Amino acid sequence: MKHPLTEREIRAIVNGREVRARVPVRKSLVDWLREDQGLTGSHVGCEHGVCGACSVVLDGAVVRGCLTLAVQADGARIETIEGATESGRIGRLQEAFYQRAALQCGFCTPGMLLVAAELLARNPNPSRDEIREALSGNLCRCTGYHAIVDAVEAAKSGSR
Amino acid sequence: MKAPAFRYARPESLDEAIALLVEHGTDARVLAGGQSLMPMLNLRLLQPSVLVDINRLPLSEIRLQDQTLDIGALARHAEVLYSGEVAHMAPLLKLALPHVAHLAVRNRGTHGGSCALADPSAEIPACALALEASFVLRGPRGERRVPAELFFRGLYETALGADELLVRVDYPRAQPGWRYGFQEVARRHGDFAIAGLAAAARVEGGVLREARLAFFGVADRPVLVRGASVEELRERTDKMEVSGTRVYPPPFRRRLVRVLLERVTSSIEK
Amino acid sequence: MEPRARFQAIGRSLPRAGTRRLVAGRGRYVDDIVLPRMVHAAFLRSPYPHARLARVDLTVARAAPGVLAVYAWSDLQDTVRAWQSRSAAFPGLVSPTQTPLADGRCAWQGEPVLMALADTRAAAEDALELAEIEWEELPAAVGLEAALAPQAPAVHPGLANNVAWTKETLGGDPDEAFAKAALVVETQVHLARLTGVTLEPRGLVADWDPAGETLTVHHSHQMPHQMQAHFAEFFGVPAERVRVVVPDVGGGFGLKMHVYPDEIAAIAGAIKLARPVKFIADRLESLASDIHAREHNVRARMALDGEGHIVGFDVDQRHGAGAYSVFPRGSPVESSAALHLVGAPYRFAHFRGRLTIALQNKAMTGQYRSVGHPIAVLVTERLVELAACARGEDGLALRRRNFTPPGETPYVNGAGQRLFDVSHDACLLALERLVDVPRVRETVRSARAAGRALGFGVACYVEMTATGAEAYGKAGVPVSAADSVSLSVELSGAVRCAASVTEIGQGVTQALAQAVADGVGVPVERVLVHTGDTAQVPHGGGAWASRGAAIGAEAAWLAARRLRRNILEAAARLLGADDESLDLRDGTIVDHRGEARLELSELAHIAAFRGYELPEGFQPQLSLMHHYRRSKDLFLPANGVQASLLEVDLHTGLVRPLRHWAVCDCGRVLNPLLVEEQLRGGVVQGIGEALYEELRYGEDGHLETGTLAEYLVPMAAEMPDIEVAHVQTPYDGTSLGAKGAGEAGVAAAPAAILNAVNDALAPHGAALDAVPISPAAVLEALERGR
Ligand SMILES: Cc1cc2nc3c(=O)[nH]c(=O)nc-3n(C[C@H](O)[C@H](O)[C@H](O)COP(=O)(O)OP(=O)(O)OC[C@H]3O[C@@H](n4cnc5c(N)ncnc54)[C@H](O)[C@@H]3O)c2cc1C
Ligand code: FES
Ligand code: FES
Repeated sequence: MKHPLTEREIRAIVNGREVRARVPVRKSLVDWLREDQGLTGSHVGCEHGVCGACSVVLDGAVVRGCLTLAVQADGARIETIEGATESGRIGRLQEAFYQRAALQCGFCTPGMLLVAAELLARNPNPSRDEIREALSGNLCRCTGYHAIVDAVEAAKSGSR
Repeated sequence: MKAPAFRYARPESLDEAIALLVEHGTDARVLAGGQSLMPMLNLRLLQPSVLVDINRLPLSEIRLQDQTLDIGALARHAEVLYSGEVAHMAPLLKLALPHVAHLAVRNRGTHGGSCALADPSAEIPACALALEASFVLRGPRGERRVPAELFFRGLYETALGADELLVRVDYPRAQPGWRYGFQEVARRHGDFAIAGLAAAARVEGGVLREARLAFFGVADRPVLVRGASVEELRERTDKMEVSGTRVYPPPFRRRLVRVLLERVTSSIEK
Repeated sequence: MEPRARFQAIGRSLPRAGTRRLVAGRGRYVDDIVLPRMVHAAFLRSPYPHARLARVDLTVARAAPGVLAVYAWSDLQDTVRAWQSRSAAFPGLVSPTQTPLADGRCAWQGEPVLMALADTRAAAEDALELAEIEWEELPAAVGLEAALAPQAPAVHPGLANNVAWTKETLGGDPDEAFAKAALVVETQVHLARLTGVTLEPRGLVADWDPAGETLTVHHSHQMPHQMQAHFAEFFGVPAERVRVVVPDVGGGFGLKMHVYPDEIAAIAGAIKLARPVKFIADRLESLASDIHAREHNVRARMALDGEGHIVGFDVDQRHGAGAYSVFPRGSPVESSAALHLVGAPYRFAHFRGRLTIALQNKAMTGQYRSVGHPIAVLVTERLVELAACARGEDGLALRRRNFTPPGETPYVNGAGQRLFDVSHDACLLALERLVDVPRVRETVRSARAAGRALGFGVACYVEMTATGAEAYGKAGVPVSAADSVSLSVELSGAVRCAASVTEIGQGVTQALAQAVADGVGVPVERVLVHTGDTAQVPHGGGAWASRGAAIGAEAAWLAARRLRRNILEAAARLLGADDESLDLRDGTIVDHRGEARLELSELAHIAAFRGYELPEGFQPQLSLMHHYRRSKDLFLPANGVQASLLEVDLHTGLVRPLRHWAVCDCGRVLNPLLVEEQLRGGVVQGIGEALYEELRYGEDGHLETGTLAEYLVPMAAEMPDIEVAHVQTPYDGTSLGAKGAGEAGVAAAPAAILNAVNDALAPHGAALDAVPISPAAVLEALERGR
């Protein structure tokens, strides 16, 4: 990819499956996942990095899908809410979000879940303040956050 | 809100990258973490014709040297934040990085990107200034080193030439007797600061003897104030020019500057 | 007599069944919809607050790659007609005709001017950059006071002044009341312009089928039936051939209740091209063109007698409407609601209210969650604290002395507000159980002694919910206040419910499921609720004015009771039993001893396949439709109280909420979990209004907070935990007794925060009357106080 081009061939592992595709280089990762891979669980809320609705996991770390280009997924592993759901990796969190009513419209929820999962992987026993800080880049306009913090607390290991 | 059309290149080596920059000049933009560049593209505030994605270049390393701690331009904010060596050898960065954006942005944004962007309200450039870091730039004529004080030239302006890459930031290793303080005022966690202060100071018996204070968010670039006592720092800080906006007018920012000075110096002397 | 209903599901904190899909990432929002041959719309919007389009040349833009069309207003005129905001409720309202794309002149920054339709959104945006436009800037009236100033530039040519509407109301004898008053307190409150910021922006996919002559619009909206009527009218399509489908909606908050010019243009584009058109507002477009709210300057005085009884209010309110009155409800709704709600928790006989609404070269203001209430609560509760302070007494004592009486008998206050079934005393008591007020005050005092500025603030409120038909009906605005529900027994014994209320994340489908389950006698898991499709659900109001539980669930309950009678009648005929002796429990028909006689599924099978087993000529009615409109009480007043504990950093001016408490009486609570989370969400929006949110325009009319980096919304790290308690005073005009709960959180939070900030600042002689409270304003106030 030494010569500048407007379209590129990429190969990526998306939710565990290898995908080959031609992508316009200006297309964002979240647009590509949503429009070309049918993975509409990641949402688009601002396209300038502020809301976190577009969160996806790139090589093991949550990133903004709107601030990453699809072409940059070449050679990478991508996981979206769909993949995380199917693998069962975030099952506890999902159950806790459901039980605790930690969502209303649900537009922020996939992003919240992926960020919360990364927090718990790094810090299995976060305090409420630590949870709030970790989620501070994800906008939820509906819940007021309290229930989300409760749900993450409920899902952390050790608690039941 | 979609990025305008551009062409994209992903060099695999530094030489390739620089050749691309030489070829495309000011029409090209370096793409590092993209956490500032991508929003500008999506908002169509920029229309570069070529993006040079440097993410494949071997510039991510955080390496401890004899005199310095060298942070590769592509080290992600999260890597720097969680690095044991950084905590040891450049503890100021460890204090500052939790204030830089949010988890997902820190996972992707890079140390070099933050410096190259030179946002006047950004934390890392101020730390680099307070710590007397030097910036290693590489261009068609090879490498050169620029001290922090000469690197930040103005609003989003640095010593980087259009054909140069920032490859590393070298921080002098933390020395015994030196302490560090960091504070910023922001309305929400992770926002760019309204005003902030990154400080390094030598303390003897609980008394500050020498300090470098880097204020950010108060001018078109981070501003360094040196002094040999808190008194002297106060005097010099009072003479510092402070800019403002309608919501955060200069007198308000000036007050914050004084507050930051007191809070940081007293935390250091404690 | 009907046997007494057993509430099994009603009143329980059940999680929302519908959210299982959403946590799995299986939601289906409008942007997830892709139709064959679909094209994407993008708009070129006015960069100026006021400008003439001197010349427009689209030749190059139209030739851009991937572009199907670039339209200006002249291209759409044969497809869609213009509209004008009119309401019999606001006689004489000045608001010129609006067009989907600017008609030669733009009157606000962000007004759509051109629409490009292309294969991709990116290509559509590219094309718009190639449009050649010569603008001729016109003088603009931007600020609220500036727009009303004598020499202000006209917002639209030909206007003698920029007054959109004025109103004066009088109750009792305010002049005498103020003349005789022992104490008069006064405030001047300013609320900045803000907006709803649903995380999912506005959007639609419009699909015109010229062969079938049907228009289908997949629309992220609160009111499908209302939009069906508008689309039919605007595009000249018979209403029954317009289908509006509401998929999952990523938040509404009132901003998805209106007619937006860009959305109308997108539909016109779909009709012209006979291809589906998708338009999704991006965040820049949302902030610039979603309805805005607030921008009020209120001068208010309150008179008290020597014993500390409130005797009257005198309110002079100014409100910035923007370039037009929002269609169809009208921009005066917010300010006139606010005006009449001043003082609502309290008894008072005398009132003078003056309202002046200004046109401005800015986006329209309209109905945002808790329409008008936060303004009135802010004004009232600020005055109450000022009075308590002047009298040297506790603010809670003053409130208690003045609360409107509880009970069913309506109390009509001086502002004409009709209040009944309110429970201010009980709510305040509940608050005191939730938070140990003396202890909190002690904490505040000891923190002060240690140099920290803590503050505790309280705000009582009344929220007028579940608006009745008289409001918009009499105004001639086609907004329905009724709801309908259709129910049918499935072969499986489940009950399928199609309801006219709209699910926008507030959880109304769960409330309906619980009402239907108990009403019929089936387990709640066996009720499926569908909403938001004019081709599938009966006509009704949708989602507005916190009506889901009070009107929608009541309709569902009444439908369910009828269905239950039908089921029992059929079962009795089949079993040769007396239907009075049968009961339906958990989906099983039982006899008077409680013994199972017949499964509901079996009855459904017999009705469907073996009707001959039933008595000759008997036709079981296992599906039905029920329509419900409340026939008395224009509004159901809900009420409550909130409290905030916060800290002000006296050196930086930053305000940090520490705890927040909310008590709400919304009548019978169908599902406490839903109500609590509605409250919490509303509280945080209210905190946003108090501390962060502001659409700031420069003097030149340029929006300075056009992205979410500048328009600050509350994020998790700064928000406090919020404790909630309920008081239940069921409304006795309905079977369920529910009132609205969806907006109460927003109503009182700004006032609770402002009062708490002022409590923290009081020892320093400082006070604030404007929201949002910026750190610079705090320091300025402290400076003045010194
Ligand atoms: C919501 C949000 C909040 C944020 N909050 C903060 C904050 O509080 N504080 C803060 O400091 N930052 C903040 N940021 C910005 C973030 O830290 C960025 O990551 C950083 O500023 C830029 O780094 P990047 O690697 O993403 O650079 P990019 O966006 O890729 O590039 C930025 C600029 O630097 C140039 N560039 C990048 N790398 C090099 C290089 N090696 N050599 C030469 N030129 C180069 C690019 O060409 C571009 O012009 C925030 C971002 C977001 C989205
Ligand atoms: S859409 Fe990516 S952060 Fe908002
Ligand atoms: S649930 Fe609606 S944005 Fe979070």
